Amino acid sequence: MSATGRAWVFGDNVDTDALAPGLYMKGSLAALASHCLEAVDPNFARSVKPGDIVVGGLNFGIGSSREQAAQVLKELALHAVVAHSYGGIFYRNALNCGLLAVTCAETGRISPGDELRVDAAAGMIVNESTGETFACDPVPEHLMEMIEAGGLVPHLAKRLARDNNEQERKAP
Amino acid sequence: MAGATLAEKIIARAAGRDSVTPGEIVTCSVDLAMMHDSGGPRRVAAILEQLGADVWDRDRVVLVSDHYVPAVDAESAAILDLTRKWAAANGIDRFHDMQGICHVVVQEHGYLRPGMFVVGGDSHSPTGGAAGCFMFGVGATDMAGVLVTGETWIRVPGTILIRWSGRLADGVSSKDMMLASCARLGMGGGAYQVVEYAGDAIEALSYPERMTVCNMAAELGAQTGIIAPDAVTLGHLSAAGAKDIDLAPWRGDPDAAYLTIHEFDASALTPQVAKPHSPANAAPVGESAGRSIDQAYIGACTGAKLEDLHMAARVLRGRKVAAGARLLIAPASTKTTAAAAADGTLTALTKAGAILMPSGCGACAGYGAGVLADGEVCIASTARNFKGRMGATSSEVYLASPYTVAASAVAGSIADPREFIDGEAS
Repeated sequence: MSATGRAWVFGDNVDTDALAPGLYMKGSLAALASHCLEAVDPNFARSVKPGDIVVGGLNFGIGSSREQAAQVLKELALHAVVAHSYGGIFYRNALNCGLLAVTCAETGRISPGDELRVDAAAGMIVNESTGETFACDPVPEHLMEMIEAGGLVPHLAKRLARDNNEQERKAP
Repeated sequence: MAGATLAEKIIARAAGRDSVTPGEIVTCSVDLAMMHDSGGPRRVAAILEQLGADVWDRDRVVLVSDHYVPAVDAESAAILDLTRKWAAANGIDRFHDMQGICHVVVQEHGYLRPGMFVVGGDSHSPTGGAAGCFMFGVGATDMAGVLVTGETWIRVPGTILIRWSGRLADGVSSKDMMLASCARLGMGGGAYQVVEYAGDAIEALSYPERMTVCNMAAELGAQTGIIAPDAVTLGHLSAAGAKDIDLAPWRGDPDAAYLTIHEFDASALTPQVAKPHSPANAAPVGESAGRSIDQAYIGACTGAKLEDLHMAARVLRGRKVAAGARLLIAPASTKTTAAAAADGTLTALTKAGAILMPSGCGACAGYGAGVLADGEVCIASTARNFKGRMGATSSEVYLASPYTVAASAVAGSIADPREFIDGEAS
């Protein structure tokens, strides 16, 4: 629920096709990730370091439903995405895949390379480079359990196991 | 308390509630789940296996292969092979292999009826709003969750009303309406709420044109788009084989509360062209006129239905594609191709020099045949022109109606279609 890392700052309307280009969707996730955001910043995929944080403006992840747009960021070992707002499908996909996606209205005050500490549970982002603190929207309460489980699949696995146990208990 | 919008009524029904309030989280039973070869079995099969779970109701699943068809290499062939084997192993009778694009195919078979709550594993799922469904796009993990449980959560969206008054001029179409909407409201204008389209000009649209309008709710950043079903809807869905259609419940209350009401005048609308690299960069065609093109593309769920091909044929009949330009046409489905062959449309298109392509998502999303080289310029009847979407990152895509795409193919540069169709009204 919290992450620390160096900021990669992008503008508004970073789309799914830039995150996961259609030309490479057939291949492996690793191959796809090597082209992540190349239409916007050709150096990103080869320069990003594990633990870094992607910062976007309005409508981050707008466009396609392709879940790989979120998965490639996990594949590149990013810790979190911070954006002013998200494409609705991308936001669900990110949380379903266990990628922390935080909404913050003050992303314009983050510069490339700033060290960020994102504390989603507390609803707070600390810019360690400037000493500023920004409020971010809290993670929706009904998704907390899923996020803590690490995404939708582990969450469903727990739910199915619980259902099975209940059925077994009810069985004569 | 204010009445309910159409979307709120559908969500309340699916959630087993008398009413719902925008902003609240509800869990809804899914009436139908539609997926394709890219986000479908290829990605959900492993999740279901990991969970040791089966499909909750195989009769509520529609599977369409459209993204990687026909296979062009070993990777796409393997994806299609996996898709076919999964359909067989899971007893999915509603599997449509290489029959067209899912958003069109699902409507050709009468699977949609007003009032249904439907999830689609594709962002253009709002197309189903033309049938009076609440149909929205989800990613593969969400889809896997639906396949296992038969339900999904949503935050009840508010409804944004887009009202089009007046009457479209000849040579202006639903695509122009949506490009103008994107220009005014932006790609975040829909704010992941529902867009309901209404007004005289919407009621006057044919069913396929209504599909285009709902389809591009995605480009407004809306969760979905919807049109209250009427006699036009009933006629189309009945012809497609849908049974037990009840229109009466599926209409917003007169005192329903809308988040915003946007008024547009269809009579004043002119052909629109969206410049690279966003549908929101739309402006009257004059601003882009004269821009030289390498490729014109009529394809995708947005712009290759039979009616779209009719628009193109009206421009192309008796004319030729300009030297140095190529016109690729991928009808949205095999039924579309058959109907266009039967009514003479295909002859008009091919005589003009158009190159006929297989039905599928193909070039639109850079998945298949027809992609662009570095520096190439394309005008397309598709929905998106994001940088690099149709191929090389330095290629440029302009978006327009099938009329405008066809006119540009003839001119070899972006052109106003009204100069090509005067006096030829069919």
